Amino acid sequence: MKNQNILKRIVGNQLFIPVIALLILALINLINDPSFFKITLVTNNAGNPMLSGSLITILDFGSELGILAIGMTLVTAASGGQDISVGATIAIAGSAMLRILCGGVARPETIQAPIIVAFLVACLVGMACGLFNGSLVAIFKIQPMIATLILFTAGRSIAAWINHNELPIVPDPKFSYFGGVIPGIPIPTTVFIMIACIIVIALVLKFTNLGLYTQAVGINEKSARLNGINPTAIKILSFVILGLCVAVAALIKVSRLSTINYSVIAKDIEMDAILAVALGGNALSGGKFNMWASILGAYVIQFLTTTLYKFDVQSDALAAYKAVVVIILVVFSAPTVREGTSKFFKKLTPARKEAA
Amino acid sequence: MMKKVLSILMASAMTLSLVACGSAAPAAKSDGGSASGGLIKVGIINNDPNESGYRTANDADLKAKFTEANGYDASFAYSLKNDEQIQAAQNFIQDDVDYLLLSAADTAGWDSVLKDAQNAGVKVILFDRTIDADSSLYEASIVSDMAKEGQTAVDWLAGQNLSEYNVIHIQGVMGSAAQQGRSGALDTKVAAEANWNIVKQQTAEWNAEKAQQIVQSVIDAGTPFNVIYAENDDMAKGAVAALDAAGISHGVGKDVVVMCFDCNKWALEELLAQNWNYDGQCNPFQASYIDDIIKTLESGGSLAQKTIIMDEKGFDATTITQDDVDNYGI
Repeated sequence: MKNQNILKRIVGNQLFIPVIALLILALINLINDPSFFKITLVTNNAGNPMLSGSLITILDFGSELGILAIGMTLVTAASGGQDISVGATIAIAGSAMLRILCGGVARPETIQAPIIVAFLVACLVGMACGLFNGSLVAIFKIQPMIATLILFTAGRSIAAWINHNELPIVPDPKFSYFGGVIPGIPIPTTVFIMIACIIVIALVLKFTNLGLYTQAVGINEKSARLNGINPTAIKILSFVILGLCVAVAALIKVSRLSTINYSVIAKDIEMDAILAVALGGNALSGGKFNMWASILGAYVIQFLTTTLYKFDVQSDALAAYKAVVVIILVVFSAPTVREGTSKFFKKLTPARKEAA
Repeated sequence: MMKKVLSILMASAMTLSLVACGSAAPAAKSDGGSASGGLIKVGIINNDPNESGYRTANDADLKAKFTEANGYDASFAYSLKNDEQIQAAQNFIQDDVDYLLLSAADTAGWDSVLKDAQNAGVKVILFDRTIDADSSLYEASIVSDMAKEGQTAVDWLAGQNLSEYNVIHIQGVMGSAAQQGRSGALDTKVAAEANWNIVKQQTAEWNAEKAQQIVQSVIDAGTPFNVIYAENDDMAKGAVAALDAAGISHGVGKDVVVMCFDCNKWALEELLAQNWNYDGQCNPFQASYIDDIIKTLESGGSLAQKTIIMDEKGFDATTITQDDVDNYGI
């Protein structure tokens, strides 16, 4: 009986699904080609040491997804819906950042403002987008997916408009540190940015009531209100926090190539971010959430993407594979299936007793 | 109560703005229409200028050419969707334009609207993209020969006389004319030559980030390669970012040959700095060709040929000059 309890607790833990998925992916790669796990130290073309290997790639490219997953988890929990405009708002925030850095000129000789100023402006822009989405959802009671559809459709055009359709290139090599490596430190900077974000959100969840209030609003808005929580404010806040995450992700994305392409930057990233939340075992209809499971889910998705590239899957077919994962997840979390499996296990138990 | 009032206000505001948008386009068209005098009235249907650097340059070129100073009364409609473009075409026909210039989002579905145009006496000129319609329905089409672009690039690569060609082939959106043309030449060559191999053939859908991940995956797997054949500049940039991170040298006389298409100004500057090796032009400057055609037709002349293929160059990093960057960069 004790064993069963432990098993139940492990299976019942929200981290179970992402961890199992991670182990399965790792196992597939180990069998296919153990060199997948090889990490080497190379010198990049700028003369700086840098770690290289599939695992580093996963940590590197999974970071922006993990950062977005933080915000997306809160939005999902509070509003019971998802923000599908994150890709487009990354374009807007990134474009605003470049506008400040390059001063509206396509190819400036030097940067026109300190990077920190540009980043703070991007944060404000991202939060403004979040505020817009959040207001539509919380005040005007529009379905989150419909409300965010507005920026999803218009966002990339707005981003292009901010820079007058120019594609500015940042001349300062320091700007590329955020999406690359800082000289002397071989670990991708994105990993440190991710760790910083995790620490911040951990502190916020530990020392404020944000987590509790968000869950309360997500589970039952009316009773939350009766208990003195303002659901409107909490919902808007969750969208604004996502806006902040978007700005950080935009910094990484833009920094990677020191430029931007409005129509394709962070394309379809919203689907990956939502999938990360789902993989983390969080109910997409809102309520309780587990932040760490979502972040782990984000890395699982990047692990999957990197694995699929390794297996020569056509990149326009990647979405189909992710869709399969979604289907499996959704089916297994459906109430009917859960009931069915628990009944199945109950049937099994007496049968075993008889056999014994 | 407040909410209801608010929502009604919102709804009416939205309807109003929709109506405004809807009427704005025809209003702009009729602008000076009656008083056009000697002006030739043209309706131009193009793809969204934000789509790419190519499209931005294309749109700017058209806008610079079809001005009142040059004797034109031009109105523009943009969409990446075929049905919206067809709708715009119908509006232009009703508006009695003399010429309809069209860069179709999709090749299919244009027959009936072009027949309407013919009946209304509107002359149609296609630019940049062809369509699946009877050639009697349009006067001329000015296009890039993507297959020739690919062939020029592959011939250039063959001329480098490498002992072995291990190519990472990064494709555009599958099925697009540019992808098919640029992939075709390379595929044929690889099939024909023993020392040409494809290390990886993947679509990055014109996306630099995807290209970076694709090349990164090849580097992580440790497979050797010495050529990157990217079907546009953006994807080459992503690929090079992966090379830079892994410390693999690229450019003239270096380990990896970098090839790309479209001739964005920043890409040509990379060539000038010898960081990249080759850039194939995809000419977005069709306005002067169209202008010539309209002038010929207006003076009662006839066109020597219906399909006009534009001159397109390929630039080599060892021979490119600053003048080339200024003149051909988009």
